[in-house]
Amino acid sequence: MQLSELATAEIVERIRGPGLAIRTGPFCFRVVSRFESVARAVQEMYAEYPLAADGDFADFTVELQPGAGIRRWFRRQVRFRWEGMYPFEPLPAEQAYPLLEWALNWCIAGYGHQFLMLHAAVIERAGKALIMPAPPGSGKSTLCAALIHRGWRLLSDELALISPEDRLISPLGRPVSLKNRSLEVIRQFVPGVVLTAATRDTAKGTVAHMRVPTDQVRALGVRAPAAWVVFPRYQAGMPATLVPRSKADSMFELGRNAFNYTLMGLTGFEVLADVVSACDCYDFSYGDLDEAVDVFARLADGASA
Amino acid sequence: MSADLLPAIFAAPERCLGLSMAEWELALGQARRGMLLGRLAAACSESPWFERLPAQPRMHLVGALRAVARQRLEVRWEIRNIAAALRDPATPVVFLKGAAYELADLPPARGRLYADVDILVPRERLDEVEGALFRAGWISRERDAYNQRYYRQWMHELPPLVHVRRETYLDVHHTITPPTSRFRVDAGALFERIEPVAGMPGLHVLSLADMILHSAVHLFQEGEFANGLRDLLDLADLIGHAHARSGFQEQLVSRAVQLGLARPLFYAVSCADFLLPGRMDAGLVSAVEPFRPRGIGGTAMLGILRRALRPDHPSCDDAVTRVARNFLYVRAHHLRMPAHLLLPHLLRKAYMRRFPPADAPTANA
Repeated sequence: MQLSELATAEIVERIRGPGLAIRTGPFCFRVVSRFESVARAVQEMYAEYPLAADGDFADFTVELQPGAGIRRWFRRQVRFRWEGMYPFEPLPAEQAYPLLEWALNWCIAGYGHQFLMLHAAVIERAGKALIMPAPPGSGKSTLCAALIHRGWRLLSDELALISPEDRLISPLGRPVSLKNRSLEVIRQFVPGVVLTAATRDTAKGTVAHMRVPTDQVRALGVRAPAAWVVFPRYQAGMPATLVPRSKADSMFELGRNAFNYTLMGLTGFEVLADVVSACDCYDFSYGDLDEAVDVFARLADGASA
Repeated sequence: MSADLLPAIFAAPERCLGLSMAEWELALGQARRGMLLGRLAAACSESPWFERLPAQPRMHLVGALRAVARQRLEVRWEIRNIAAALRDPATPVVFLKGAAYELADLPPARGRLYADVDILVPRERLDEVEGALFRAGWISRERDAYNQRYYRQWMHELPPLVHVRRETYLDVHHTITPPTSRFRVDAGALFERIEPVAGMPGLHVLSLADMILHSAVHLFQEGEFANGLRDLLDLADLIGHAHARSGFQEQLVSRAVQLGLARPLFYAVSCADFLLPGRMDAGLVSAVEPFRPRGIGGTAMLGILRRALRPDHPSCDDAVTRVARNFLYVRAHHLRMPAHLLLPHLLRKAYMRRFPPADAPTANA
């Protein structure tokens, strides 16, 4: 059963009450909240995702509660409650849905140690995965959002989940987080794209989430081996250029931006070394999305040729 | 579905085989809350049936084992750094709690997740130790003058130290209970029985009996019960480990009397016997019985403790448990300090919470 088979009233009711458990790749999360904005956004973003059946296991229960005391009514706040604790400071109530997504990232990064977890976007084409690590502001999310509407499939926009057993990357496939100017860029680049209402004045600026195309949600069980590591950098007016990068340096950079590379110890080193060995590594700078799409398509074709 | 699921699992880990998925969620949740996920994972992974557990919850246990393995390396590295920093003052350094279990290879070290390292040094060497640690990079993040003074004047430990580069926490104690406490422990008596750590010159741990008494008294003076179940499990593991030594029970009880900790030992053993059925030796349970407080007070106290020691998790969060925890919070303070010191302190803390200083750190998601 998938979420869109439920009536709106029932979705709201379940999220209020015992919670609604949604599967997204290898994880299942249960959301509990009285905020209608959360129910609305979840309905919009996760319509095609499978629901867990009664009696199924949920990895994480994410509860979004109203603020404490007067903040329940006056200058309303939202708090993330986790196993009886409040790991974050409260946020303005308007940020309830983004907080759900951030909280889920936090849960997975903190407890998903069955995977080596890198801080990177991952997309796939013709059965091969491309890892895009990058600091915020490098245009990684924008590029990822654009490419998954031009022949690539989304595995994840933030978290590369690599199996230590067989080195394959699991799709996580949650909505893509977009910020500030990239919102307008993607709206123009992808006609008809579904975005949540923008939330202003967050710690990251104005944010919204983008719905993942339906065929890609259906493929959330399909894993892929990594074939490329590309470090993107957006620079206005620059032509799209791909420059080879040393594997050793790429591995170092990936390890530095990982969530649990040190925690995994020797296993982490071996897994990452294997992954990078099997990849072609590049630095990529771009100033125009259409050009970037062409370069990535040629990269994929070169590999399959 | 039981609110006391996690203690029941620790009493008999094979129960994991019969858990429903909803119960697995509950058990993992209670374990995360109580810093016991690693311990749950260790208890399961040592059993022949680990591979038969359902894949999804088992993944979380496998992940926790990875975190445990890493933390074990890190805590050993941290211990070496602390030892190196304190080589110069040439003072005896006694590791307490988790670090001590790791150094002495005791059962509570299995599956342990660490928040900090605790050491005990003689009070008269405290300034030297703090200076040596400071030179090696451990600083106090407590910038509030009142809190600094409170720790230094009234507590059995310095304000927590944080290493500037590794961001690891270190608690430096000069005894195991506050000097103002009703269960004041003479540190000299502890130092008389410390034991050297094999292969690590200069490092010590408390004697096994003193470790047990420390974990017993720890239950009651912290006033916060998020880690109560962990303390109880430590106690049960240590007692189980010592059980084979002949005459240990008598030693433990007479040591408790000598240090003035007979009553905490009674409460701890009774609670462990209640929450972890089958784990406590019946002989020990009856040996501590003479220390049960007379009258209705002791019985009531026991009831309150048993409730408060359940996992501090929403699943166990009924009104009675909340009242029990609040009562014990106040009582813990009462045990730590006489009323003429306590009341001004609590008022001051309430004021500081309401009107935090301007430079107080604020976290952000």
